[in-house]
Amino acid sequence: MFKLEKRPQPSQAFAYLTPILAIVATMIAGGLLFMMLGKNPFESIRTIFWDPLFGEFAFYYRPQLLVKGGPLILIAIGLSLGFRAGIWNIGAEGQYIVGAICGAGVGLAFYPLEAWFIFPLMIIAGAFGGWVWAMIPALLKVRFQTNEILVSLMLVYVAEQLLASMSLGLLKNPDGHGFPGSRNLKDYPSAFNDEVITGSGMHWGVVAAFIAVIFAYILLNRHMLGFSIRLTGEAPRAARFASVNPTRLILFCLGMSGALAGLAGLFEVAGPAGQISIDFNTGYGFTAIIVAFLGRLHPVGILFAGLLMALTYIGGEIAQANLGLPAAAIQLFQGMLLFFLLAVDLLTNYRIKRISKEAV
Amino acid sequence: MDLSAINPALLLASLLVAATPILLAGIGELVVERAGVLNLGVEGMMITGAICGFMATIVTGTPLLGFIFAALGGAGLAFLFALLTQYTLANQVASGLALTLFGLGLSSLLGQDYVGLKPPSTPQLDIPVLSDLPFLGTVLFSHDLMVYFGIGLVAAVWAVLKYTRAGLVLRAVGENHEAAHALGYKVVRIRVLAILFGGACAGLGGAYISLVRVPQWTEGMTAGAGWIALALVVFASWKPWRVLLGAWLFGGVTVLQLNFQAAGVAIPVEYLSMSPYIITIVVLVIMSADKSRAPASLGRIFHASS
Repeated sequence: MFKLEKRPQPSQAFAYLTPILAIVATMIAGGLLFMMLGKNPFESIRTIFWDPLFGEFAFYYRPQLLVKGGPLILIAIGLSLGFRAGIWNIGAEGQYIVGAICGAGVGLAFYPLEAWFIFPLMIIAGAFGGWVWAMIPALLKVRFQTNEILVSLMLVYVAEQLLASMSLGLLKNPDGHGFPGSRNLKDYPSAFNDEVITGSGMHWGVVAAFIAVIFAYILLNRHMLGFSIRLTGEAPRAARFASVNPTRLILFCLGMSGALAGLAGLFEVAGPAGQISIDFNTGYGFTAIIVAFLGRLHPVGILFAGLLMALTYIGGEIAQANLGLPAAAIQLFQGMLLFFLLAVDLLTNYRIKRISKEAV
Repeated sequence: MDLSAINPALLLASLLVAATPILLAGIGELVVERAGVLNLGVEGMMITGAICGFMATIVTGTPLLGFIFAALGGAGLAFLFALLTQYTLANQVASGLALTLFGLGLSSLLGQDYVGLKPPSTPQLDIPVLSDLPFLGTVLFSHDLMVYFGIGLVAAVWAVLKYTRAGLVLRAVGENHEAAHALGYKVVRIRVLAILFGGACAGLGGAYISLVRVPQWTEGMTAGAGWIALALVVFASWKPWRVLLGAWLFGGVTVLQLNFQAAGVAIPVEYLSMSPYIITIVVLVIMSADKSRAPASLGRIFHASS
């Protein structure tokens, strides 16, 4: 028989080990899944994790790692702040959409003027859009104690409808021959989120993601507000005695995660996506939840987790094209990762003890 | 705009149909939450139920078997949640989210060969005299059996929670798990059973969408119904009959906005489609003033040694 015994302190070693254990477990379970789908499990796993980095066409896929990882990291950093304090913003997808709409809207309002200030203005508008969308659950929680999980999630569906309305109405390309979707910002240099270093995949959103990682690290380790966030999550009672202001914390955490998600949306619409369209959002806001947990809510961990998750996206696309693996299998694969992660996390806080039959 | 085209009898009848998925999922989640567990994976369990039921119905040709498999599918996914939260003591919010993401992936994988098929129709109630009544016949007596099953389930849950020993134990576990444990009740076992029940109900609700309401399979077809079901439990202040009331309210809003769309009201379609979600938020705000009704141990992790 086995028995669980709570550790007096969470294990440091397991805190680092559990994400790796979870990844290994996911690879094994994923391999079994791919085998059931009639694919060679080793080949599938290699295609997903190895080929994008070191395969024959890696020079093409490596930049994609930053393109896909950038928004995931940016959103996950924001989410992790709230998750640490027990404030659950689940609606990053909606904030991402609204940020993209606001940012692109500002850019398109200036069309066809060419000026240096347009892109910075779009960045501000994008962050503002996401912030406003996140302020709805924040204010409702502060004022009426409404559950922020449900409200932020409902707002995702509202944002999706808003996106549809925008790409069919207000932001529709007047020269688009009646097709839904806005003008393509790639053809509008002042608003285009170009690569900082050509061919690297490093656009301004990726730069912003790296800056966010550094800022979050400083905030959590060197700043009073970061300390309040950690304290509230780890010892709510102590936080109350230390007169941490919960209202301020809720507004900050939700606002920050909304602004970062909005930024991610703006950089995506102005860069890789290029235009507002009905199917503009691809679920980054939800995948970022997995990224935040996989990175153990730690800024540096999130950086690696974001890149790893980007890898599964790219590897998944390759596996789709070369092995005929269905797209949904990759989604399932990512979901499994979060499952295993939560399960093995047990080892961080508990010890498994063997107890003999007689002792019972 | 032609509002006269909206037939009140048909409106009320379709209200009952629109309310059934969230009613089933909501009453299941109510039992789970009364046992002190917050399962945010309702959306994932619903969509899994939707595809399991759809597949079973296509393969066997009988909707009844479809609904049974949907319940099994939903309960199967819920069992994963039970393993995570009751045995490996994982955070319930995170596990619920994982369940939803996993369920969405699983269902689109299972359902990829089933897109565009049409399931056989579910049998409808047809009582010779009652179903032919002019107004009441259409509204009350000519639905498929799941509509009545949903209402019956609410009554059953209410009666069990209020009048039976099992219901009392379940509530005790939800209100104070340490005290229940000290009295010798198997907290974990009771919670696992409640979670499985909740999963089965969510699965039925999902299957109702794919087999009756739509009826066909498309990816992500539950479109937030699981989250609305979660909001429904808060709206109902954890009381069974109020879940029914809430489900009718949400069903009414959904049906009404669809009717407005069809009638060509001067509001763009997208804004009408937003309305059920916005109303959910408004209702949540109104109801969240009263937190006293929530089970005291809701969302807290139980470990016997601590």
